[in-house]
Amino acid sequence: MSTLELDRGRPAEAKLRVIDCDIHPAMNAWTEVHPYLAKKWIEHLTVYGSHLRHAFSEALTHPRMSPDAARVDAYPDEGGPPGSSLTLMRSQHLDPNGVAFGMLIPLRWNPGSQRNLDFGVALTQAMNTWQVERWVKNEPRLRASILIAQEDTVGSVAEIEARASDRNFTQVLVLPRTDEPLGRRRYWPIFEAAARNNLPIAVHVGGTNGHPSTGGGMPSYYMEEHHAVAQTMQSVLSSLVFEGVFERFPTLRVVIMEGGLGWIPSFSARMDKHWSRLRSEVPHLKRSPSEYVRERVWFTTQPMEEPGRASQLIDLFDRIGWDRLLFSTDYPHWDFDDPRYAFKAPLSEAQRTQLLYGNAQAFYGIG
Amino acid sequence: MVAGRPSADIDHPATYASAVDCDLHPALPGMHVLLPYLDDYWREMVSVRALDRLNLSLTSYPQNAPLSCRPDWKPDGAAKPGASLEAMQRHVLDRYQPRFGILNCLYGAQVMHSEDMAGVFCRATNDWIRDEWLGRDPRLRASIVIPAHNTELAVAEIERRADDPRFVQVLMLVSGEVTLGRRQLWPIYQAAERLGLPIGVHAGSAYRYAPTAVGWPSYFVEDYVAQSSAFENQLQSLISEGVFAKFPGLKLVAIESGLTWLSGFIWRADKTWKGVRAEVPWVTRAPSEIIRDHVRFTVQPIDAPDELAAIMRLIEHLESDELFLFSTDYPHWQFDGDRALPSGLSEALRQKILYGNALATYPRLAKAFGATEVNA
Amino acid sequence: MARHVVATVDDIAPGQRKLVHVQGRYIGIFNVGGEFFAIADRCPHEGASLCKGRVVGLVESSEAGSYQFSRPGEMVRCPWHGWEFDLRTGKSFCDPHRTKVRSFDLKVEEGAALAEETLLQAETFPVSIERRYVVIEV
Repeated sequence: MSTLELDRGRPAEAKLRVIDCDIHPAMNAWTEVHPYLAKKWIEHLTVYGSHLRHAFSEALTHPRMSPDAARVDAYPDEGGPPGSSLTLMRSQHLDPNGVAFGMLIPLRWNPGSQRNLDFGVALTQAMNTWQVERWVKNEPRLRASILIAQEDTVGSVAEIEARASDRNFTQVLVLPRTDEPLGRRRYWPIFEAAARNNLPIAVHVGGTNGHPSTGGGMPSYYMEEHHAVAQTMQSVLSSLVFEGVFERFPTLRVVIMEGGLGWIPSFSARMDKHWSRLRSEVPHLKRSPSEYVRERVWFTTQPMEEPGRASQLIDLFDRIGWDRLLFSTDYPHWDFDDPRYAFKAPLSEAQRTQLLYGNAQAFYGIG
Repeated sequence: MVAGRPSADIDHPATYASAVDCDLHPALPGMHVLLPYLDDYWREMVSVRALDRLNLSLTSYPQNAPLSCRPDWKPDGAAKPGASLEAMQRHVLDRYQPRFGILNCLYGAQVMHSEDMAGVFCRATNDWIRDEWLGRDPRLRASIVIPAHNTELAVAEIERRADDPRFVQVLMLVSGEVTLGRRQLWPIYQAAERLGLPIGVHAGSAYRYAPTAVGWPSYFVEDYVAQSSAFENQLQSLISEGVFAKFPGLKLVAIESGLTWLSGFIWRADKTWKGVRAEVPWVTRAPSEIIRDHVRFTVQPIDAPDELAAIMRLIEHLESDELFLFSTDYPHWQFDGDRALPSGLSEALRQKILYGNALATYPRLAKAFGATEVNA
Repeated sequence: MARHVVATVDDIAPGQRKLVHVQGRYIGIFNVGGEFFAIADRCPHEGASLCKGRVVGLVESSEAGSYQFSRPGEMVRCPWHGWEFDLRTGKSFCDPHRTKVRSFDLKVEEGAALAEETLLQAETFPVSIERRYVVIEV
């Protein structure tokens, strides 16, 4: 990589127009969801709180290198964590970065992974209403995701049905670290409800299922844990493919969020290669794995890959398929991608428009 | 020297002559073959507990699955794939005429929970390999199977084999009880470095945990596909924990990993390192640089529809043509006919992959090769 | 190249920094224990403002488990991806040869000396002979 000097003022350029498929809103305090919770759940939230499958009740297993896993410059002047201020989100991100639409992905406390399923159902319902009341209604550029208590399929389906006709929601959010691999049949009612309502399934990094992050044990360092999220997404994709989810739900669309891109062509090829030997084990697959991925799966772009040469990035996009890529910033997290500088390769105007806006416009049917 | 070698573009067994085959799998016909190597107590335990009636075939390689044995490599009769030296000679050793073939025995001893039992049966397995394979075909070399979950026993086993130059590597499974970089495993790496033995990390799991971060997949094909993810995770562990900083002479060979994942791996690992370096300050170089110096990869399987393009792309991305080591992965079914390597490689690259890179990786092979060249 | 007065020494306390805009560039002036350094503000990675990053020391290590901490306050972490830049030289720690921000010559000067200088660009800075000033060359 050559030295880049970006020390001049931002160059005048064509006006940015972006659909950001991954923005993380935050609460100042859990009291923000109290208006949307029954009294007994306010009490439960206050007294017992988060109950997950790891040692810390609230903290992440591997502390990040920056507080709140966020950009250090994203703290609102008025206080509160990064992502909690709509004012700052507008002035720091939506306005200067030309965000025409932004997809909200609330993550805090892995709401979909709560061990107490009734609590998880109540919390996800409340956070869904919170997204609309606190964010979408106040900022027409934003859209919400339907959070679900993913281990409770009955509760999840009910919540999907309750929100499906509300155009403020554009997708169903699932956290990849589920109790069992996501393609397993116990989760199929969720896919059925999503497909029937023409809602994509968004799988965003996160979740706590009690399984080590690797098949050989728990990593020691955040350097490993941050890397392992890519393997987690590989495993999700493998499960969806080999369980036959795309065969059973041929209209289902899935977007894999924040899993990285560099592994997609090689993993697709690996699935194909070994499926070709072992296809008698999975006779319900009528097509090769890579075909399902090419047609039914999309990927958000952050964190963008930075290969040694620009040509290698273009080659990567060629092999994934330019239409599969949905731009995202991950605002306000630390590994944020700036739409101006994220792509370390020269792109034509048409390519830039496609990645920053066009693909997501088609995927979400907005704009 | 092999006379009249056909053009490298033709699929012909003679094109592999003089190779080093870095991944061959001998199989135990049954535990009974280990009895001569057990002491009275263990021999009696085998009998009383009928341990020899246990099928210790690994979940990682179901015996009859298509992957586990190429149809034309099945030995005659009811013998297990890989259990016959004569079959291995007929199928690959005499057919391709490698200089050396490295045996990686995948047997249940390595994953037994009881450490003592694992230690005893690993030792017996190495004894059996020595007598029934190494002693009967001078081309063969072997990896030392170890109970990785007890480092004292593992180091003792490594040291037991140190004086036998036909043991050229230490074998570990990619998914064990702890991530491979963990300091508690360091005595193994220390012994290996001291003795000039690479660590061979082979696909396969002790299944102490769900094979993926998202739980237990339903199907074997998913478990096998997940092996490449496991290699990524464990390589990241080895780098992050500073194994190569602590043991600068250590080489690691990733065996049966799939290969093409390596590009995405270094891009992500290098990028992550720049942001989190302060967490792991002993990682003083980009992971891709560490890999270039310390890690090698056997070629089969090559996870790509176009294998030549895949190899050339990897060489470009990794900026090195020294990383890849020839292997057939016999008797696993990874290629058809004699297409153990794609055609179209330059002669120089072909030689590197066939034997040059292996000789640079395995000091004991280089020494033996030097001796044969002197004697030729 | 021209010299610019960008701050008084009292403007920037030890451990603090000031963002200035000079000849079309955003430049960060950092006070490291009484020494001043000037680096381009834009992180070469994706353009974040280094002035918004945490100033940190340098940690190095010869082996896992040992942490050698030195040079407190002489590095800045980009506020986004955490890349470490040496405030003295502008070089990134991970890739000092190819990844860096521009480092500008900086001198602390007495107001009296500056008042006499004819080549000084002090457009926005009235200079008093009693104060001391941070002067950079851009």
